[in-house]
Amino acid sequence: MTKKLMTLISLFLALFFLSFTIGRYPISPGTVALILFSKIMVVPHSWSAGMETVLFTIRLPRILAATLVGSALSVSGAAYQGMFRNPMVSPDLLGVSAGASFGAALGMLLAFNSVSTQLCAFGFGLTAVGITYAVGALLAQKGEPVLTMILGGIIIGTLFSSFVSIIKFLADPYNTLPAITFWLMGSLATINLSDLRVAVWPILAGTLVLTALRWRLNVMSFGDEEARALGVRTGLLRLTVIVCATLMTATAVSISGIVGLVGLVVPHLARLLVGPNYTHLIPVSLVLGALFLLGVDDLARVLFSVEIPLGIVTSIIGAPFFLYLLVNTRKGWV
Amino acid sequence: MLEIRNASCGFPGRTIIKDISFSIAPGELLCLLGPNGVGKTTLFKTILGSLQLQAGEILLHGENVSSWSRRRFATKVGYVPQAHTPPFPFQVLEVVTMGRTAHLGPFSTPSASDNAIALNALENLGIAHLRDSVYTEISGGERQLVLIARALAQQVEILIMDEPTSNLDFGNQIKLLEHIRKVVDTERLSVILTTHYPNHALMYASKAVLLGRDQLVSIGRPEEVITEAYLKNAYEVEAQMFGIQNRQGRNFTVCIPTPRG
Repeated sequence: MTKKLMTLISLFLALFFLSFTIGRYPISPGTVALILFSKIMVVPHSWSAGMETVLFTIRLPRILAATLVGSALSVSGAAYQGMFRNPMVSPDLLGVSAGASFGAALGMLLAFNSVSTQLCAFGFGLTAVGITYAVGALLAQKGEPVLTMILGGIIIGTLFSSFVSIIKFLADPYNTLPAITFWLMGSLATINLSDLRVAVWPILAGTLVLTALRWRLNVMSFGDEEARALGVRTGLLRLTVIVCATLMTATAVSISGIVGLVGLVVPHLARLLVGPNYTHLIPVSLVLGALFLLGVDDLARVLFSVEIPLGIVTSIIGAPFFLYLLVNTRKGWV
Repeated sequence: MLEIRNASCGFPGRTIIKDISFSIAPGELLCLLGPNGVGKTTLFKTILGSLQLQAGEILLHGENVSSWSRRRFATKVGYVPQAHTPPFPFQVLEVVTMGRTAHLGPFSTPSASDNAIALNALENLGIAHLRDSVYTEISGGERQLVLIARALAQQVEILIMDEPTSNLDFGNQIKLLEHIRKVVDTERLSVILTTHYPNHALMYASKAVLLGRDQLVSIGRPEEVITEAYLKNAYEVEAQMFGIQNRQGRNFTVCIPTPRG
């Protein structure tokens, strides 16, 4: 297990470095290394100022964002799959993406600046999950709490999706509508370092708490009744996991737009590598999610002469890959 | 020593069992018998705290457990559900180690000594060879034993088992009951289990709690309270009691349903 994690981390570091060299403006790996090293030690200056700008203001934020968003979606997806006892669950189960989409669309309709639009997306992502949770808690007296929560998520998600449609319907078709449509396709192209300085905290905090709770997530995947009999306060644990996963996903979505399939596929792949035990699954999902999204974003940058939105590439690559996994793995592993 | 005193249980707005009282001491195996739908599972859920007690109290060593934390309760009372298939393919040793959860802090993971306790529980039941098997791929009988091992690793005083013999074949039912009897005797555990076979109670239990169609019928030694009249009343079938002797010379009573005509 440790060996696998170390291999993944090395792969990630290699791709992290390689990603600096990828793009329209060619910079050789040697030059990238020199420019990076120049920040911590004195090296002979042999590159243009343009190269340094491309590296630090265009490529670095994007690479960091892919890393953050990939890990956030994967870790919260892994946590949700265990907690909702269903391997088909993704982190937007409770409506966070639909809520954030509405927030972002509303921000664009009202011509907010980009920071306010992100905040609006984040806020409505949390609002949607809050409503779902309240609906679930209300219905929980009538049945199984997990099931009522999922049903609540479907309803609230659908509701917010129709709100998005209303906004698209009202939006200026030459200006705002394309902006909303592009946002919904997901992209990391416009990320800057100041976005990341804010986004890193909720994602880091959520990851830390979920990592700390990793053993309890194992127990939760046996269902509420058994988890309770084993000494877990299931209601409190569920609330904590939902808060963490929602903070992480809402943050990720508000800086990247909708990037589908990552939160579903990566936990599966991680489970395939190290088994379902969350002690290993959480760290492996974290690294694998970063690796996956960074790789896909690199492809999105170079595959065609026009950059394709990230959300499209993740789905086009993720869907056949996921099918391949389902067909080629033994029963129970995914 | 677990004591159920004048307990009423059921769902909000609907009482299923009224005013039931019984107790179980260390080294006792108590069998809860009764037809489908009389509230055996409801009673278990109430004892385990999944359902609110409607009246009465549950005492552990004389102390009312209603104010106990989940964790504290789980260090005293364990639950063995019917063998099931969880959505993820955990290894057997991982499943058994989950029994240690109540002894861990909320943010900790099991230590080497927790693993040793889990392994010891597997050895106790003679299934240590399954430790690295995948829980979702072993047989139903083995899975039931693994769940019992998990409860042993929990190091509780009282075990509650929900129909541990259902879904098991003729031989595995008896083997499982032998295992349960053995841990009751050697570990001085108290076990409460439900079964649909009065013979299981007659052969292995030291105490029987009988539920009839609408109310508690009787509590006592199985061979004294399980009678033809009870079987007729509870299950609506004719059955006859027979005294038999096994090859070791021990006498016991069994019941056999007798067809009409």
